[in-house]
Amino acid sequence: MSAAILGAAVLAAQLMLVAAMACATLRLAWGPRAQDRVLALDTLYVNAAMLLLVFGIRSGSTHYFEAALVVALLGFVATAALAKFLMRGEVIEE
Amino acid sequence: MTGAEDLPLWAALPVAALLIAGAALGLIGSIGLIRLRGFYERVHAPTLGTTLGIGFILLASMLYFTVVQSRPVLHELLIAAFVVITTPVTLMVLTRAALTRDRREGDPSVPPAEPGREP
Repeated sequence: MSAAILGAAVLAAQLMLVAAMACATLRLAWGPRAQDRVLALDTLYVNAAMLLLVFGIRSGSTHYFEAALVVALLGFVATAALAKFLMRGEVIEE
Repeated sequence: MTGAEDLPLWAALPVAALLIAGAALGLIGSIGLIRLRGFYERVHAPTLGTTLGIGFILLASMLYFTVVQSRPVLHELLIAAFVVITTPVTLMVLTRAALTRDRREGDPSVPPAEPGREP
């Protein structure tokens, strides 16, 4: 009983998160400007971290937690570096 | 679904509800990213997913692993703290970058820079 409830919820959550990633990918492709693409990339990173956490619940293993942590960290670094590049034209200033 | 068979019903129901709520918030945020018109409106939408969305899913994960392994599993708090700290920082840096770019191009729809306070 509880396995059936949890299985249905995990499947629904995975489908919704895949749809969310598809929306973010569409915005990443359309743009229209560079800051829209960076925002879409940030959303894509967060959705990917959520999808990994749901997959960890599905497989019953805590190893996906580390993957989600790394994805969240890389998302922060990537967005901060890209925003700096958009503002100044270079990432590391001399 | 390994380990889900020995999960009692009182834990399965909140985990399922939190999972669906978190994923739905992430989906709503991403749909807003598509539907809203300008960049300054669009930048608000994904924060639904990055605050409450990932928060609900982290709560579901903590509850699930705490009950299945019958010991407190709290390492998801690490992601929660990290996301709560970094999301406002990244989005404010990104918005300031967009504002600088719009001002540099002379876009009349953004307010001009205050004198003596260049970004």
